[in-house]
Amino acid sequence: MDTFQDTVFKLQRYWADRGCVIQEPYDVEVGAGTMSPETFLRVLGDKPYRVAYVQPSRRPADGRYGENPNRLYKHQQLQVILKPSPEDVIDEYLGSIEAIGIDLTKHDLKFEEDNWEAPTLGAWGIGWQVMLDGLEITQFTYFQQCGGFDLDLVPAELTYGLERISAFLQNVESVYDIDWAPGVKYAQVRFADELQSSVYNFELADVDRLRRLFDEYEAECKRLLAMWPKYPDKCRFPAIPAYEQVLKCSHLFNLLDARGAISVTERVGVIKRVRDLAVGTAKLWAEQQA
Amino acid sequence: MNFLLEIGTEEIPHWMIPGALDQLSKLDLLGAAPLVDATPRRLVVKAGGVPERTPDEHRVVKGPPVSAGEKAAAGFAKKQGVDPSALTKSGEYFEARVLVPGRRSLDILSETLPAAILAIQWPKTMYWTTKNGPRFIRPIRWIVALLDTQVIPFEIAGVRSGSMTRGHRQLGAASIPVTVQHHTEELRRNFVIVSSHERRHKIEKEAADLGAKIDAELLETLTFITEYPTAIRGEFDPKFLELPAEVLTTVMRHHQKYFSVESAPGVLAPAFVAVMNTESDPEGLVKRGNERVLRARFNDARFFWDVDQTKKLADRVEDLRKVTFHARLGSYYEKTERVLALVKELGGNDYALRAALLSKTDLTTEMVKEFTELEGVVGGLYARAQGEPDPVARAIYEHYRPVSMEDSIPETREGQTVSLADKLDTLRECFRIGMVPTGSKDPFALRRAAQGVVKILAEAKLEYNFHGLFQAELSDFMLERVQHYFREVRGFKYDEVNAVLATSRGTLADVEARLTALAEVRPTENFEPLAASFKRIRNILKQAEFEADGRFDESLLEAGPERNLFDAYQKVRTGIQDAGYRTALERIASLRPVVDTFFDKVLVNAKDPQVRVNRLTLLSDLLTEFSTIADFSEIVTAGEQK
Repeated sequence: MDTFQDTVFKLQRYWADRGCVIQEPYDVEVGAGTMSPETFLRVLGDKPYRVAYVQPSRRPADGRYGENPNRLYKHQQLQVILKPSPEDVIDEYLGSIEAIGIDLTKHDLKFEEDNWEAPTLGAWGIGWQVMLDGLEITQFTYFQQCGGFDLDLVPAELTYGLERISAFLQNVESVYDIDWAPGVKYAQVRFADELQSSVYNFELADVDRLRRLFDEYEAECKRLLAMWPKYPDKCRFPAIPAYEQVLKCSHLFNLLDARGAISVTERVGVIKRVRDLAVGTAKLWAEQQA
Repeated sequence: MNFLLEIGTEEIPHWMIPGALDQLSKLDLLGAAPLVDATPRRLVVKAGGVPERTPDEHRVVKGPPVSAGEKAAAGFAKKQGVDPSALTKSGEYFEARVLVPGRRSLDILSETLPAAILAIQWPKTMYWTTKNGPRFIRPIRWIVALLDTQVIPFEIAGVRSGSMTRGHRQLGAASIPVTVQHHTEELRRNFVIVSSHERRHKIEKEAADLGAKIDAELLETLTFITEYPTAIRGEFDPKFLELPAEVLTTVMRHHQKYFSVESAPGVLAPAFVAVMNTESDPEGLVKRGNERVLRARFNDARFFWDVDQTKKLADRVEDLRKVTFHARLGSYYEKTERVLALVKELGGNDYALRAALLSKTDLTTEMVKEFTELEGVVGGLYARAQGEPDPVARAIYEHYRPVSMEDSIPETREGQTVSLADKLDTLRECFRIGMVPTGSKDPFALRRAAQGVVKILAEAKLEYNFHGLFQAELSDFMLERVQHYFREVRGFKYDEVNAVLATSRGTLADVEARLTALAEVRPTENFEPLAASFKRIRNILKQAEFEADGRFDESLLEAGPERNLFDAYQKVRTGIQDAGYRTALERIASLRPVVDTFFDKVLVNAKDPQVRVNRLTLLSDLLTEFSTIADFSEIVTAGEQK
């Protein structure tokens, strides 16, 4: 039986064999693999690209102190971007499911409508949740818009929920019982992180400081965005670092939200602030690529 | 000739397929009638009797004037491809009789099909080639287009039509040659049942055999989410039956698309029926997988239930400050305050007030965050578990009802009051900030809320003056919903509804009583002629631009028809004061002979201005007096109908 890491290796091998760059997880906090610049920025513009990477994705409000068998503060996604999406993209995807040891002739497979939208990123797409024996194993999306831009080379985004798939393959009831490596459980690798992050996110995070940090990152991003029009050597302009400020803001917003510090009236405003930064950076990046 | 079109796509959302088929059934196939069907991956159109070609057509083309001379005529003849000697003259002009040959249907269809396919209207479309490429519901991956044995050639989004289809994703071949005759059988061999009727029947039979409680909506969903449906039965641990049935069935039906199973009517059994999109489950892997998912879901639900009980609903009211009702309308805390005030205004009792206070608190529970469709229901269940009085728990439980026109209204008075106040608040607030439904855009489901208000007011026979509840634009909006309700749901005729609503305004129960009386009296012999006379009175008053000043002089009445009308009018007026609507209407209708005679014999437009004004006043009084139940001039009488 494959361990968690075996499944990751197999998926990475599979997509590497199909021309994907195997990237490492992005080293700034993100809420989903989509937010990594490997997706958010790379889908913009007219350069074809194929990439696959594991992305630990943080959702502070979903933390459960390690007590819930299926819900995590930080879960692992395997994200694949195929830009442009090939004609046989679904067959390629199904091949990856076979590659991790699932004989599809013995299982029930359904594609159920599930369109994706991320207002803070000015992004949306059309797609499905892929259901295997009643379990959602993948989110499949044809990107239509990102950072407010209509995408001309329509990318396909595949997001595998690695914990779910592993728990299914290993037939265990709790993610913490997954074998991550031979003789090493998921709990041994991740439980402390889940518990401690929940304590921090829900109980100890300093709201005032988080707010100040948000303002600082926002200010830094804005400063960079303002420099862009007059910056002489466009290739050297730090578009990616500017985007990293957006990611920081987004994560801080999620933390403040989990902490219950964002009031209803404030909420819309803060989301708009993040969105403005994201859309501004996307525009800048697109211009830089052109 | 026999026609076959199969548009092969990636999986189309199940709920959009019937609408697409409806449009395809109107496809122009040169007179042949399209037969349509679909699976999630293919839209299929078949037809017999497509003509091989369209008929030749003789057409007369008008040419230059005769005065233009022979040379012009020759040029015209050449252009039309006829011999100059064959030209005829019509008046001052030359004319050519031209034969327009018919065309092969194959050629016509190869031109028309691409546009016809792309013209299908979908609720939401995508592009997949480039942003300026064609839009469809999902990418088109293959096209079969045949007229007998010939391929109808065309191309959409880089896909060329042909005669090759594809089978079931896992079980079928990836490339299958088909003919018009053997399309269905070939696909069946490849585990695709093209007939949605057959799939529906297969699911229904197999699921029922396994003990499923058939749910029509779910059945429809499953029919259009599978190409080869097969039902299987799974079990779950009976210990989960401790959870409320509402939670269990929601998880099964809405989240997992399973049918529930009952051991006795209304009693859940620890089992479910899932419908696979494949032929069989010989190793039990699918059963095991689905059971595993359901177990996790139920465990979640139990976890939510336990966690939620650590904080009572009553202690959650403050938490509503953090739950957005609408970005511009503040939090649910503020909404709760408004609803409370409304319940008070509507005369709600202490139970209703308590229910209103707690009605939205379940939005802060884990259970509702996970199963949003259970809002209200969860609140009601928790209220009961936490020892709230029964009327309070019930009112919370049912305060979202009715959720549709078919759904029933809350059963308890407290539930009705809270539901009414909740919906009234939403309507008033949204209209206040200009969020008004237009066309198909109604993001806050205000029409449904309004319909719910109307249904509750009418069916609970609540004593609120309908028009006192709404102002300005909202008043018109609500009036439309009232008309809609009495016409579409209650089946009254549109002119009767208009007649009753055009008069003085009261409660909806009163509107209904008047409508019922009107509908009963309408078929009697005097009614419609009297309605016509009332219309005539209205026109006379309008033409005279008459405004009654209340002065009426009985001594000016002429003996005979005029006096008779006045006397009859007085008699009916006093006679109907305490009568029911039906009796009143019958008595009013009995005025018909005197009204008729009056119009026959009496000239309203008398020479003496005093008499004229007096007569107009009489008619005006009569009209006003007898229009309180219904405005008869709104009734469309037999003579007016086409």
